[in-house]
Amino acid sequence: MSIEILLDRKNRCLVMLSGEIDHHNAARIRMKIDVAIDTNCPSEVFLDFSNVTFMDSSGIGLVMGRYRILREYGATLYVANCKGAIRKVMQLSGMNRLAKFVEGDLQSRFVSNLKEVKKNEQTISAQ
Amino acid sequence: MSRQSVHNELRSSFPSLSENESLARLLVSGFVSQLNPALDELSDIKTAVSEAVTNCIVHGYRNCVGTVRMLVRILDDNEIYIRISDSGCGIENVEKAMEPLFTSAPDEDRAGLGFTVMESFMDKLSVKSKSGKGTTVTMRKKLETRKGKNANR
Ligand SMILES: Nc1ncnc2c1ncn2[C@@H]1O[C@H](COP(=O)(O)OP(=O)(O)OP(=O)(O)O)[C@@H](O)[C@H]1O
Ligand SMILES: [Mg+2]
Repeated sequence: MSIEILLDRKNRCLVMLSGEIDHHNAARIRMKIDVAIDTNCPSEVFLDFSNVTFMDSSGIGLVMGRYRILREYGATLYVANCKGAIRKVMQLSGMNRLAKFVEGDLQSRFVSNLKEVKKNEQTISAQ
Repeated sequence: MSRQSVHNELRSSFPSLSENESLARLLVSGFVSQLNPALDELSDIKTAVSEAVTNCIVHGYRNCVGTVRMLVRILDDNEIYIRISDSGCGIENVEKAMEPLFTSAPDEDRAGLGFTVMESFMDKLSVKSKSGKGTTVTMRKKLETRKGKNANR
């Protein structure tokens, strides 16, 4: 599991998730995202699931938790690129009625408009 | 239920460490792969197993490390039978626990959807639990037979 967090000039935050999101990995992913939210107070946060290979309800909890935090201070959560099995789990949660679901290559859009690259790209628990 | 013959069987047990969530998924997908399941069937099974094992670790053995047991069987007609159990704290009210969005740990970012996932990704789900004794989850799923591949079953 690895996570890369990008911030663009409009102070929007893109979280590129990859690998497996389960209970074991979720705590560390959550911590990284929450630190990025706390330090930057982004107006919009995009969670990109393009490279996520597995997710169970721990992933739903992760998304719901970030949704609550962001709603509290008026920021918007976007959930991006949920396909196949990830989409199937996500649909069960009803999150599609709360967060905004989007598709597309967010990473290149962000990279062309970067404010800074947070150097917390890191591999978590390479098993 | 009528008696069904067991074509193959995997028994495993491991300590309730969160590292073993991915191990349980690997075990079940490796074992079930001999039936050449469709990718989405395999991922449904892996997800359901992940939910049940995580529940043993997160809830059953909340304040301790105990043993999680997983039994996987291949029955007639490519039916997969999975039993996952713990000897942890048990569930006081199973019916309530199985309600969508119910969780006893909302402060830990739990969605309360584990049982909902198991129920909708598998054909059958049964949960037996005794307060103070532990919890046993049984699930079944029939794989779509892919013509020619498992003709001898
Ligand atoms: N093995 C178990 N031992 C003890 N209690 C359990 C066990 N499995 C489930 N429970 C109880 O049932 C509730 C519902 O379980 P479920 O998996 O649906 O949701 P959750 O684990 O709370 O959240 P999520 O699975 O979405 O992360 C749990 O909150 C817990 O109280
Ligand atoms: Mg659960």
